Amino acid sequence: MSVDETSRAAAHTSVRFRCISGDSKETILRQVMDSDDLGRVTKRIAHEIAERNHGLDEVVLLGIPTRGKPFADRIAAALSDIHGAGFTAGSLDVGMYRDDIDIRPRARIGPTDIPELLDGKTVVLADDVLFTGRTIRAALDALADLGRPSAVQLAVVIDRGHRELPIRADYVGKNIPTSLTEHVSVRFLGIDDEDGVWIGQSEPA
Amino acid sequence: MNDLLTTEDLPRQVIEKLLVDAESFVEVLSRPIPKVPALRGKTVATMFFEPSTRTRLSFEKAAKALSADTMSFSPATSSLSKGESLKDTALTVHAMGVDLMVVRHGSTGAPWRVAEWLDVPVVNGGDGAHQHPTQALADCLTITQRFGSLEGLRIAIVGDVRHSRVARSNMYAFHSLGASVTLVGPPTLLPVEIDGWPANTSTDLDAILDEVDVVYLLRVQTERGGGSVFPSLPEYADRYGMTGARFGRLKPEAVVLHPGPMNRGVEIAHDVADDERSLVLLQVSNGVAARMAVLFELLGGDQVA
Repeated sequence: MSVDETSRAAAHTSVRFRCISGDSKETILRQVMDSDDLGRVTKRIAHEIAERNHGLDEVVLLGIPTRGKPFADRIAAALSDIHGAGFTAGSLDVGMYRDDIDIRPRARIGPTDIPELLDGKTVVLADDVLFTGRTIRAALDALADLGRPSAVQLAVVIDRGHRELPIRADYVGKNIPTSLTEHVSVRFLGIDDEDGVWIGQSEPA
Repeated sequence: MNDLLTTEDLPRQVIEKLLVDAESFVEVLSRPIPKVPALRGKTVATMFFEPSTRTRLSFEKAAKALSADTMSFSPATSSLSKGESLKDTALTVHAMGVDLMVVRHGSTGAPWRVAEWLDVPVVNGGDGAHQHPTQALADCLTITQRFGSLEGLRIAIVGDVRHSRVARSNMYAFHSLGASVTLVGPPTLLPVEIDGWPANTSTDLDAILDEVDVVYLLRVQTERGGGSVFPSLPEYADRYGMTGARFGRLKPEAVVLHPGPMNRGVEIAHDVADDERSLVLLQVSNGVAARMAVLFELLGGDQVA
């Protein structure tokens, strides 16, 4: 996404505030994308994937649980609309490949479901937020154990910056510069009770 | 969860979480490279003070599939034969740098003692006739794969309940997950005191055959004196064995489980053991995945309790 496009997107998004109650504290969240925005972004990324890969014959779409999976499913649905063929997304768990299992005792493991052989294919990974890049690093390790794709591309809803590794996304829904004390929450109807993207201030620990 | 010693007080949500994780590890084990780096740099010691083939190998395979290193110990070739105590043995191995210890011991409660002495997680690999929690998890996983869940299932645990740690740990786990459990066996092989156990008892297998969804057969444990409390093995097989005739009377979707090693012709007939509805080998492969879930939970997982 160009700088121009980013600022345009930022300008048109209505800023709404709301409160959600967390475990014991309340966090103020600012909405930066709504359901329609998410739909447009998904459709655009689907078109970009089809354009860049000259069709979809060699493309395998894998979502990273938890919220990369619904994103991948929606891209798959959009790709099916474009090409008139049933296109489905698999999922790739990275919990077992994280490098911070000791530091951050929150390693969750989710399902891995690889719909077809990855050798020689172009794998498009889908995740909700690109942040430090460590999740994607783990995903690349996981992929290496599962096959040898000829190329790997990355699609994310939000790129919030603060990379700690030399990793970038090929398809970005929206670039949102954030501070490290903020957190970005992408929600998908199905897993969550609504669609949209919110930014909140993390409580000081 | 700091240790896994028993299924008796294990909350349902913990068991369910371990089963969900185990299902992910089933997928890992089916890959061309069945190994993930999750526990790289960790060391798991299997301390088996009692003979075992499958449980020890299963734990070692589970640790290796998670990229942990393993150390093992067997009493015959160890300093136990020089008279070293359980405590000194445990402290010695711990001092070498161990992140988790799996303990099997002939005496009830031994893994609890080890857990008190050490500040690393301890997993009970079977203690006396008391508990064998990872076997229970493997069996819950196997039944869940077949029926979707254990909620509302009727499960008969048949045979030498008195000497069986598998019966105890499975009974509690099955009950936690919503199944109703009946312990079946000759009076001499049922425990004397079962007040407070979440199960019914019966001495008549034939009376409940057509109602149960799962028949869990226990091994006749001749090494624990199981052979001396009923008249003869053929008579046991006649009254409590899963013969072809009894198998035919089960509901069509009912399945048979057995923790192994099987005494074919005693508690389970040859043909039944090899039938598609006998899940014995699935229990073994699920055992690896279930143990991976336990190791991952204790050494790095997302702690739920």
